[in-house]
Amino acid sequence: MITFVLAFFLFRMKKKYVMKLSILTLFCFIIGFSFAQKEHSTSSNKKIPSIVLKDMKGKSVNTAEMGLEGPIVISFWATWCSPCKKELNTIHELYPDWQDETGVTLVAVSIDDEKTKARVPVYVNGKAWDYKILLDPNGDFKRAMGVNNVPHTFLIDSEGNIVYSHNNYAPGDEDKLFEEILKLGAK
Amino acid sequence: MRINYLKKYLSLVPNRICMNLKLLLVAPFLLGASFLFAQGTISGNAESTFQYLNEDTVIGANQPPSKGLINSYMNVFYTNGNFKAGMRLESYLPRIQGYPNRFDGTGLGMRYVGYSNDFVDVTLGSFYEQFGAGLSLRAYEDRALGYDNLLDGARIIVKPKKGIVLKGVYGYQRLSFQEGRIVHGPGIVRGTDAEFHLNEVFPKMANLPVDITLGASFVSKYQKDDNSVLNLPENVGAYGGRFNLHYKNFYFDGEYIQKEQDPSNDNGNIYNYGHASVFNFSYTRKGLGILVSGKSVDNMSYRSDRTKDLQDVFINFLPAMNKTHTYNLVATLYPYATQPIGEVAFQADVMYTFLRKTKLGGKYGTTLGFNYSTTYEPKKNYSSTYPSDSTGIAYKSTPFVMSDSLYWQDINFYISKKINKKFSGILSYYNIMINNDVAKISNDAQGVINSHIGIIEMLYKISSKHSIRAELQGLFVQPKPDGEINDKGNWFTALVEYTVSPHYFFSFMNQYNYGNPDKDKRVNYPIVTCGYIRESTRFTISYGRQRAGLFCVGGVCRFVPANNGLTLSFTQSF
Repeated sequence: MITFVLAFFLFRMKKKYVMKLSILTLFCFIIGFSFAQKEHSTSSNKKIPSIVLKDMKGKSVNTAEMGLEGPIVISFWATWCSPCKKELNTIHELYPDWQDETGVTLVAVSIDDEKTKARVPVYVNGKAWDYKILLDPNGDFKRAMGVNNVPHTFLIDSEGNIVYSHNNYAPGDEDKLFEEILKLGAK
Repeated sequence: MRINYLKKYLSLVPNRICMNLKLLLVAPFLLGASFLFAQGTISGNAESTFQYLNEDTVIGANQPPSKGLINSYMNVFYTNGNFKAGMRLESYLPRIQGYPNRFDGTGLGMRYVGYSNDFVDVTLGSFYEQFGAGLSLRAYEDRALGYDNLLDGARIIVKPKKGIVLKGVYGYQRLSFQEGRIVHGPGIVRGTDAEFHLNEVFPKMANLPVDITLGASFVSKYQKDDNSVLNLPENVGAYGGRFNLHYKNFYFDGEYIQKEQDPSNDNGNIYNYGHASVFNFSYTRKGLGILVSGKSVDNMSYRSDRTKDLQDVFINFLPAMNKTHTYNLVATLYPYATQPIGEVAFQADVMYTFLRKTKLGGKYGTTLGFNYSTTYEPKKNYSSTYPSDSTGIAYKSTPFVMSDSLYWQDINFYISKKINKKFSGILSYYNIMINNDVAKISNDAQGVINSHIGIIEMLYKISSKHSIRAELQGLFVQPKPDGEINDKGNWFTALVEYTVSPHYFFSFMNQYNYGNPDKDKRVNYPIVTCGYIRESTRFTISYGRQRAGLFCVGGVCRFVPANNGLTLSFTQSF
């Protein structure tokens, strides 16, 4: 019965409404999928997508299988992004304490392309960062994670679920991130 | 019965609402269907930018006939086990200022399906790809620029053994987006690439102190010869190799690509071979980074349509070799865009941190940075043995041999210091020279523009969540040899930003062109911006004037005309 109604309307539909319909279709699928997700998994609805990136030594790393224990913070940054650098330099001062208290690992994903990619090891070591660094010069991981602009920071629990994310950086945001990391420890 | 009731009901409401009702009836059906399929994961993001623009004759800003402009897009990616699919819907109603002027309508701008496991990864539809450093092939997007040269076709990636990656691509490039549809370039692009990380391929090398990666790529394009005068090559190849070495604290990488005869609009239909090479050498240890880079490009504009220009359907990527600056006056007034026809460039970059608790480092450490980059025209030997009328070979050039014609030079340094728990600052200086006759940046300038820029940035943390940040920037242009003011003269910029973590920010910026040789153009460009951020949702509103200029990402630039008005933007990731 419903199928018949649907076919009837589709047949009568004017061309300009086809576009509306296709957008609505997409919208419905997204809503449908995201609600369905919540039914399937209890804590979170998004896992880290599997993309193969390289570290600074040229070794391939699959983002879905990084082999790290404990919570992970994935922070998208670039050598030309001031707020990104402010965020990572601020966390750099707190990082030894964060690691001791929560066992967290920070993975700093550089989205520098070939123009500025060579400056990544210079900056990372010039600032004496202890983070794990991955290079995403063609934006594959950035796109898969749905990152519009940097800085964008994600928190992943030990089961690989993305539990918190934050776009932008303002001084003090690191405290909120640490609160979220601590919440994971309490679980 | 139900249909009759519906018909009766629908006949009572105007046609437009009626249509929406019809759509609403379809919705639950689709919603149900999607539940049936739902098992994998969905992710993606959306962005929308709306502008309402005013007429402002002082700065030369026009009001578009529709007054309002809006760009939107949404990516949706679906993965379920080894299966993946994705799409992007784009909408330009009409496009915002500065975006490619042919973008219009709403529709699918990218879509693909694929399958991948540890051995093979296959994609059909749209995809992005980069071979090595991209000198032979790079398909990528930059939504902020409106740049998207994705490949539409098929791609396969095979990993026969740990440390070996083989790729094959075949497709048409996206040239434009018109009436809600992708418009492709006329040429087919196909390519193959192989990469070997030797330490993983050969178990004996696993524990060597040196890491070695080798790669090679071959790319070819086919475009019909539709020229009645010239005999144009229809198939044009580009090929070469690369290496990547890492030993203790040293990194060394390089790539060389040669391109076959490719007469085009860019190179004035000459029959020269093209070549491009790039290398980076760096030494780093805790607290110190040193980089030396070099690049040489000649006749390397490689497009899937030989008649196109600007940023259209580039198959390869030739980045400019200089630091990407972030402060407003440095980044947007005199940025340099690559000259694909030819340039020789060098860069040196040094960063040093006096570690904390040392004499110069103080309690929190002090960082110093220095960067130098320069670009020249390649030396071209025009010889009588290569007459341009018989073979079409116009000149000979050798990689890294340059002429004395300067295109670009940038000398800059900065010092970054945290004074105490609440207060930190950065001082920086830049000397930028850009050859306006080659890398055209302004209609008001002649020859080389030589500018000095000084910047003070200060950050004060009022409390754990409240901070205030200020920037003072001054740009001083050296007069021309005849003593007249070059380009638009001197500028002063001030910025104040107040942030409340983790949700709010407010900023005010004013750019003042106080040194303009034309007194009527000594204009202020004030702009106010505020934003609200909640996790991965972000709203921003800004109102004010923006000057005309080049907006660049990674050495790729587009011109944005001056505007005055309101901009609303929304971004979301999910």
